[in-house]
Formats: sequence, C-alpha cells, structure tokens
Amino acid sequence: MIEIKNLNKKFNTNSVLKNLNINIEKGESAVVIGQSGTGKSVMLKCLLGLIKPDSGMIKINNVSILDKNLSYSNKNRIKIGMLFQGGALFDSLPIWKNISFTSLQGKVSEKECKINALMTLEKVGLKSNISDLYPSELSGGMQKRVALARAIFSEPDIILFDEPTTGLDPITADVINNLILEKVKDLGATALTITHDMASARTIASKVYMLHDGAIIWGDDVSELEKTDNKFSLQFTRGESNGPISHRSN
Amino acid sequence: MKVLVNTGSFILGFIQEVGRLFLFILKTFKAATSKWYLKNIFLQIISIGYLSLPVVALTSFFTGGALAIQIYYGGNQFNSEVIVSSIVALGITRELGPVLGGIVVAGRVSAAIAAELGTMKVTEQIDALRTLSTDPYEYLVFPRVLAAVISLPVLVGFADIIGIMGGWLVGVQSLGFNGTVYLQNTEAFLESGDIISGLIKASVFGFIISIMGSYHGFNSKGGAQGVGRSTMNAVVSSSILILASNYIMTNLLFSS
Repeated sequence: MIEIKNLNKKFNTNSVLKNLNINIEKGESAVVIGQSGTGKSVMLKCLLGLIKPDSGMIKINNVSILDKNLSYSNKNRIKIGMLFQGGALFDSLPIWKNISFTSLQGKVSEKECKINALMTLEKVGLKSNISDLYPSELSGGMQKRVALARAIFSEPDIILFDEPTTGLDPITADVINNLILEKVKDLGATALTITHDMASARTIASKVYMLHDGAIIWGDDVSELEKTDNKFSLQFTRGESNGPISHRSN
Repeated sequence: MKVLVNTGSFILGFIQEVGRLFLFILKTFKAATSKWYLKNIFLQIISIGYLSLPVVALTSFFTGGALAIQIYYGGNQFNSEVIVSSIVALGITRELGPVLGGIVVAGRVSAAIAAELGTMKVTEQIDALRTLSTDPYEYLVFPRVLAAVISLPVLVGFADIIGIMGGWLVGVQSLGFNGTVYLQNTEAFLESGDIISGLIKASVFGFIISIMGSYHGFNSKGGAQGVGRSTMNAVVSSSILILASNYIMTNLLFSS
C-alpha cells in the first residue's frame, strides 16, 4: 500500500508538487498520467527516497519512508522494484549481473545468481543466450525487458514504472505493457506507473490518476477514463490541444 | 551595482561549491567504514595504477633526460658529473616525479572517472544503484579513491627509478659520464626522506585526482554536454589542486 499526503516540493522558486495526495491499495496497479513537467517523475523520486520532499508524508505498507531512521540502505527496507525510463542498466556489467545485482552483493554464489537471473530472463520472454552480452549490445525493447527483469528479480512488494514505453515502437510497447501487467499480477505486487502514453495506461491500469500542476486532480477506475466529466482528464485522454490544459513548451 | 551583485553571487556560489565538496568527502570517508567492495577496489587499482604505468614511465624518462641536459649545459660544466646526478635524483624524487606523474594521471584518470560517473548519473544508473540498496559512495567512489591513494605512490616509485635512469642514460650516452660513478653519486646524495616525501605527496595527489573526478562526475547534469563539462572541470581542478597542495606540502616537509 502506498499513501502520499500533502506532498510539497520546490526547486528554487518553482513549486513542482503542491499538496499532492494519492492512496494506492495493496495489489492495485495505479497509473498516473499527466503532461511532461507536471511533477510525475519528482513524485516517483520522492517515493524512492532519491529526492527529499519539503513537506508531507509518504507511507509504504504503513511505514513512513521519510522517517530519518529508515535509511534506504537499511537491509530490512521494503522491497521496491523500479523500471527507469531509459532502463538505467549498468553498462559495465553483463545482462545476468545486471538482473541479479542485488543478490551478487550478498552472500549468494555467482553460480546461483546466474541461474536465478536466467530464470527471470525467461519470465520476460528473453532467451538465455543473451545473458553474457552487455546492455549496449541489445535493442531498446530488449533493454526494457532486461530492466523489467531486474525490477522483478527480488520479487518486490512495490514496483514503480517510469514511462515504461517511451521510445519503443507500438508493438514492442504493447509487449512491454502486457509483460508488466502479467508480472505485477504474478507477484501480487502494488504497482505505480507514470506515463503519458494512453495505450499503456489503458493496458496496465486498474486505477488512473491525473496529475496537473503538481497535484492529483482526478482519479478513478480505468473504465471511467472515457466517461469522466473532468475536463482536464478528457482533454489529456483525447490528446486535444484545446481545453483547460494550456500547451507547455517543455 | 551589477558588479557587486555578480561578485557577491560568485563568492556565494564558490562557498556553496566548497561546502558541497566537503560533504562529498565526508560521505566518502563514511563509506570507508561500511562495506568494502574488494573486487571493485582491485579493478580500480588495475585501471588507475597498472594501466597508467606506460604514460607515467614515458613522462618520467624524458623528464629525467631533459633535466640532465639542462643542468649540464645551464650550469658550470666543472664537476658536472656530481652535480647532474645529484640534482636529477633530488629533482625527480622530491618534485618532478610526483608532480608530473600526478598531473599526467590527473589527465588520464580524473577525466575517465568523471566521464564514467557522469554518464552513470545522467542515464540514472546511480539512482538505479540506490534503488537496488547499494550506496554509490561505497560501490563507486570509495573503491576509486582507495585505489588511487594506493596506486599513485607505487606509480611515482616507478617514475623515480625510470626518471633517474633517463638522466643516467643521457649522462652516459650524450654527456660522456661514467655510468658507475653517476650511479654512485646518485646513491650518495639521495636520502630515504627524499623518496618518502615524494611518495607522501603522490598519495595526496591520488586522493585529489579521484575525489575531483568522482565529485564532478556525480554532479553532472544535462546529457553529453554536461558530462563533457564535468570531465573538463575534473581535470582542471585536480591539476590546480595538485600544484597548490604540492607547494603546501613542500613547505611543510622541507622548510624545517
């Protein structure tokens, strides 16, 4: 379960998050949509502890992650998997070491780590013969799958996806969307995705939230996406240039 | 008025930067008390130390040779066999070995560290490390700093030997010195303190090179251009700091 209350974040004089509130129930797959520059990535980074918010509260499974005593390097921390927009695979490591990175830093043998990595690789539809290649030797779609494999490797309670389909062709994007849906269901994890790809949102989401100007202005079941009378959501969903959301040049 | 505003904001920016660097160094020291990634430390010793050996050796060899020629033709050629050998030995071990070695390694290693970590920063690989419960200071920064602090004195040790051999070769081949006498004079004039002071300097230079490379890499912003800027800043700042700290250490080590 993810609970964010009154989250605020400013960069110099620019307020990015303004009293942001969102509740994501256990096992729910929430998708936050919104224009570029509305604070989606900042929200995700606050959730990951990569950016410290100015005020507000973030709880994951009823544990406040802004508590100073709960370090992210804490070995007992909540298991969170993260799929970064560009994959963020480690260039210097082969694929299998990327996937099993966390286990490799522990006391698990390399042999066992590799076996587990190959099994996870299979789960995302990739063959084991790529395991010794380096990330730069893979296509964009394959890199995303490997990044997904890394995100689910430790069977996390929470999985976060940052623009999972950006830069992919529609067919590969659909494959990634279906994989995300399938793996989140398999693990019974709580998922939070940020995207502006509506096809992706419709496939992955059980609930959709609209982020505008640093705050959640609408949220409902994905089936309500087309039926809502919220003008902001409708304009964004339909991709129209005319409406309450002004065009931004970011 | 505008001049005052600009000067004020420059001074504030400088103080902020020094503060950020100080915090970065503190976090690196803190990482030293946590988990040691021995494989990373070993790989960095190979990359920083072993792979820098050819360039340091060549620099030192030619510097030793050039120094011998300068002293011979620039000074009184009477009793030159004693003067050339002793000044080459002292010059190389006390100053030129560590300083030139440090600057050459700064160009090679500081730039490489800043470019590598900078690319990792802008492609979110450092964020990814954090999400995988790995402290980037423990995994990336500390192994580089420790490897540089260990490797630089070893490199300078080799540079000292090769630099003296460069002077010897020029002395014997071009200036007509007796090889055995040259080496005997070198041995007679050189004291262990001369060598140790150079090695201490080298260790400090290793720290400067690796910290400046890591710091600028960690603070890279804005894609390829940002990484390029960080790389340049890493080389420039580490070179200046090497020269400044060399002056301070020479004062401390030799003025008494």
